[in-house]
Amino acid sequence: MVAQRLGLGLLVLLAVSLIIFLGVELLPGDLAQAILGQAATPETLAAFRKELRLDLPMHIRYLEWLFNILQGDFGRSLANGREISELIGVRLGNTLFLALFSAVIAVPLSLTLGILAAMYRNSWYDRAVNIVTLSSISFPEFFIAYILIFVFSINLGWLPSLSNVSPETPFWQRIFLLLLPALTLTLVVVAHMMRMTRAAIINLLASPYIEMANLKGMSRARVILHHALPNAWAPIVNVVVINLAYLIVGVVIVEVVFVYPGLGQLIVDSVQKRDIPVVQACSIIFAATYIVLNLTADILSIVTNPRLLHPR
Amino acid sequence: MNEPVTKVLGDSADAMPPPPRAGKWDIAKRELRKAPWSAKFGLLVIALYVLAALFAPFLTPFGESEIVGESFMPWDATFILGTDNLGRDMLTRLLYGARNTVGIAFITTCVAFLIGGTGGMLAAILGGWTDQVLSRVVDVLMAIPQLIFALLLLTIFGTSIPVLIVIIAVLDSTRVFRLTRAVSQNVVVTDFVESARLRGESLGWISFREVLPNILPPLVAEFGLRFCFVFLLIAGLSFLGLGLQPPTADWGSMVRDNATLITYGDITPLLPAGAIALLTVGVNFVVDWFLHKTSGLRDGK
Repeated sequence: MVAQRLGLGLLVLLAVSLIIFLGVELLPGDLAQAILGQAATPETLAAFRKELRLDLPMHIRYLEWLFNILQGDFGRSLANGREISELIGVRLGNTLFLALFSAVIAVPLSLTLGILAAMYRNSWYDRAVNIVTLSSISFPEFFIAYILIFVFSINLGWLPSLSNVSPETPFWQRIFLLLLPALTLTLVVVAHMMRMTRAAIINLLASPYIEMANLKGMSRARVILHHALPNAWAPIVNVVVINLAYLIVGVVIVEVVFVYPGLGQLIVDSVQKRDIPVVQACSIIFAATYIVLNLTADILSIVTNPRLLHPR
Repeated sequence: MNEPVTKVLGDSADAMPPPPRAGKWDIAKRELRKAPWSAKFGLLVIALYVLAALFAPFLTPFGESEIVGESFMPWDATFILGTDNLGRDMLTRLLYGARNTVGIAFITTCVAFLIGGTGGMLAAILGGWTDQVLSRVVDVLMAIPQLIFALLLLTIFGTSIPVLIVIIAVLDSTRVFRLTRAVSQNVVVTDFVESARLRGESLGWISFREVLPNILPPLVAEFGLRFCFVFLLIAGLSFLGLGLQPPTADWGSMVRDNATLITYGDITPLLPAGAIALLTVGVNFVVDWFLHKTSGLRDGK
């Protein structure tokens, strides 16, 4: 089961890399022509094609491209000729740091809120949390981000509205600069995680052993924390990992709002400049992270569920 | 299960008259009166947005991208919400934004349902090879995060409105496909579809006369949810400067262009973002109510 899922994941990764590669191949017209413009002489075009290795057949270039990426060589940027791996290095670290920081806030928060909502089901607390979360899913990320900026950095003046970190920024300074972006991302993902946690626990509350525990006269908190929660872990962990995958992608807009030097900013800038190799490199990193995290979610749900682990 | 039986009778014997229209309206009106406040609120919001989108040119004296004053003028009697970074009237652009942003999101969702819905029904009805191929393609497409995929495709094809609509519709149709296929599969195995097949009905007849009417409620609800996603995605792309291109009035790019005002404590740039949020909340409320009414499909209880 697990091996099968792993194999499938690997296959999907390959297919995705093929799509990202082929997408550019299918570009109407010629890449070299598109970059150099109509004025380019045939000689410069030929030289440029040779440089980009466009003179080789497609499948060879795909394999070359793939193996280079596996070795950490993403080629060169078209816009400034720099090594892409050099551009990505620090930024990838920044993005992962932001996603991780948000997860550290969001996961415990949503689990607590979800468990509380399940415990006090149908109370005013449950209803209020439901409405707040339903609304926060509906808000575009940049709306939440600007509201937070408006309140915390402009009206109250507590937190900075720009997260301009450099590699030399000390750790605590970095945390301080990243508070607002992390809070934004937290608000974006908490709703889903919290609702799923609540649903997972409430689903279990109908089972006979919970009824038994209730009939024995156990307190509500004990029934939920000691009897329902352990069995609800599998779906909860699954949702948490899926949301982490979402976080990695959700950073794009938040990074742009807070001018945070991460991978999201890089991909947006490169799309505007139509710097295709950089977009390709960023896409494949984002897609790979996303796929690996979703794969982890699937495998965790198989491993934690004996019925799936031992089929039949 | 009563409905399908009468359906088969109606189809084969052609004897059953269609239920009178007025009855449906009465039911709709009664349901509406019983609806919770959240759903009423949602319907009201949607109605207001539709009105704004339809009548934008009559509601404001200025043109969509007409420069009428200095840039960043404060709120006053002429420019109720002030002017934007180029001196265009904010309120005018907000109203036209309803037309452009909501309109494009709506068209995109329709296209997505056309692609995904047809694909999903075909996969469920034909099964076998068609199902395998379509499902695997969708699996791979869904493995790539939507925003990233959209960014990649926009780099390749450039940013223009038709390209935007097609790209997002195709990316979103994968979700529609999954749902349509799943709910269609329950219908495809029923007796009335079997009898239609034995009668030798065409694929189109089976899809649109036998299967579609029976999977409509979940699809309608999904339409609302998908519209929200598409709407947020397009607004996000526009905010990044990669969606609708200027001078078209659009809520995402309006936020981006006027964001500097926020640093001076002016909330005007938040209005378009708020407009996006309000509509999504409204649609979500209505969908929630609709799902509650039609089935326990996504209820989680």
